[in-house]
Amino acid sequence: MARVRVLMAKPGLDGHDRGVKVVARALRDAGMEVVYTGLHQTPEEIVEAAIQEDVDIVGLSILSGAHMTLIPRVNELLKENGASDIVVIGGGTIPEEDVLALKEGGWAKEIFTPGTPLENIVEWINSHVKSKDN
Amino acid sequence: MEDLILAGDEKLAEIKANQEKWLEERQKIKDRPDKFETVSGMSVNDLYTPLDLKNFDYQKDLGFPGQYPYTRGVQPNMYRGRLWTMRQFAGFGTAKDSNQRYKYLLAKGQTGLSVAFDMPTIMGYDSDHPRALGEVGRVGVAIDSLQDMETLFSGIPLDKISTSMTINAPAAILWAMYIATGEKQGVRSEQLTGTIQNDLLKEYIAQKSWIFPPEPSLRIITNIFEYACQYVPRWNTISISGYHIREAGSTAVQELAFTLADGFAYVEAGIKAGLNVDDFAPRLSFFFNAHMDFFEEVAKYRAARRIWARRMKEKYGAKNPRSWMLRFHTQTAGCSLTAQQPENNIIRTAFEGLSAVMGGTQSLHTNSMDEVLALPSEKAVEIALRTQQIIAYETGAANVIDPLAGSYFVEALTNKMEEEAEKYFAEIEQRGGVLACIDQNFFQQEIADAAYSYQRNIDAKDRILVGVNEFVNPDEKIEIDLLKIDPQVEKDQVARLQKLRRERDNIRVNETLDALRRAFQGSENVIPYILDCVRAYATEGEIIQVGREVFGEYREKPVF
Repeated sequence: MARVRVLMAKPGLDGHDRGVKVVARALRDAGMEVVYTGLHQTPEEIVEAAIQEDVDIVGLSILSGAHMTLIPRVNELLKENGASDIVVIGGGTIPEEDVLALKEGGWAKEIFTPGTPLENIVEWINSHVKSKDN
Repeated sequence: MEDLILAGDEKLAEIKANQEKWLEERQKIKDRPDKFETVSGMSVNDLYTPLDLKNFDYQKDLGFPGQYPYTRGVQPNMYRGRLWTMRQFAGFGTAKDSNQRYKYLLAKGQTGLSVAFDMPTIMGYDSDHPRALGEVGRVGVAIDSLQDMETLFSGIPLDKISTSMTINAPAAILWAMYIATGEKQGVRSEQLTGTIQNDLLKEYIAQKSWIFPPEPSLRIITNIFEYACQYVPRWNTISISGYHIREAGSTAVQELAFTLADGFAYVEAGIKAGLNVDDFAPRLSFFFNAHMDFFEEVAKYRAARRIWARRMKEKYGAKNPRSWMLRFHTQTAGCSLTAQQPENNIIRTAFEGLSAVMGGTQSLHTNSMDEVLALPSEKAVEIALRTQQIIAYETGAANVIDPLAGSYFVEALTNKMEEEAEKYFAEIEQRGGVLACIDQNFFQQEIADAAYSYQRNIDAKDRILVGVNEFVNPDEKIEIDLLKIDPQVEKDQVARLQKLRRERDNIRVNETLDALRRAFQGSENVIPYILDCVRAYATEGEIIQVGREVFGEYREKPVF
């Protein structure tokens, strides 16, 4: 079975990359193929990377408070580029009501907030995302 | 008296014999199955005795407060003279919003200001730049030009307060704006007191808010050292920061070692730029994290002072005692706070704050319980400040200088921290120094490894976090008020900026920017040129753009 390909991305200007790196490593250890963009990416750069790397899922890590702007923007760009089959999830310091708004608006399939065990993220991806190459 | 710590050989033999007897009994009793190690994963013994301090030399290792090697503190009377500065980091929204918060904090008894800037300001983008979209005024205050800085300190006399500004890549610009705001208030630059963080090395290592590559960044930093020495002599020109290294996931030893290694690199850069070490070293300051392991933190602060003093005197030949003194600010660990049962964070912060005080900090920020969820609310900020006041006035911790000295455990741990840090210094040197290590991703990988193993330990319940992986309230509903930033803030800030661009003297702006470009290309001190740009109301983004064109931008090679 082909492995799930993940793009871990850090949109926005903040430099808090502890979480995104820890999650990236846990996903890799769980057998996924993981690409990490590095910091300070624009939504345009992230979508371009997602398409180029032909990933199944994009994980957006945001701790700057700009999630309500950046997560929808990545979604719109994926759609515009005919890549809306790529699943978008998010993580970071995102208040409960924004989590609901992002999920209900269809901007993010799931949001993981501080304190989430790594295993939960791995399991969620395993049960919701299949590699396109299967 | 001597047998307390300075036990003679005979006494030691007696203690050793008794210890063996005790050990025999002690080993018959079963321990809990837990791992006994510090929060950084350093294993600790169950008991410490004089045997752990065999070569301990009071005069050489500790000395007296205010005396070399400053293990016991930098002032002779420590908190009996003056308590630490209670300095709560704050800033959000517009300059006007933050100005009101500062006045509120000063009215509540805070004794110094600490400015948080928003991400566009930190990264050198004006509020109307496309990359600033959605980030204006979010995690700090938006400052685009001198006009915003004037508003930020409106009604706050700059000769009466000290201000710490958490700003790095564009530090020279924000500092110039502060100096120019002083000029407008009739305050001379010689009277200004405060700190700019200005520590770019830790940006490449951990905090990641860089703009230019390391070499030009180091040049601007040494320009600041030189300028301050002449014109702003009471200013702390850099706050060499372990805080962010720790927040990024490092251990206590890594925080200590990487931060001091950065400090040595700045000293070497200053010397290489032709400055006399005693002209700038007294204005170097430090910034450490206070995490949950109380004794490990106290040992870290004590070891930091001792290592710095020894190196500055012995290796760099500093003669002024002020160059030997490591003065530091502390902030409690944001990364130790939990989103679950956030009220528990008040207790965590109190213990962390106490460790900083027991470790001899010069100033302290205690985190608000809700910072893991959003920007702190006014109520949460007040509790955080009250926590410091309780430590200061109710616990008795400020009565006695370096009260944990002489504890077998704390002294052994202080020695251990120093030894482990020395191992890192040797490795860093062997790899070609701090800049080479950054280039090799050495620090970044060490920190990422430590962060991953910490998280794995929590997931495996090898480490218990109350409310997170044990003692959980499954039906928890978080009911604390969160501060929200109105999206209108961004629109208003952009409108104000664009009005400024229309109304200022644009010919003068361009002239000052051109002069700055030539200074960047040459080898002169750039600070007077930056001051001219700022006085002409050139924006931060415009000034940084000149630097981007001359120096280029740093690109990381991401590792995880």
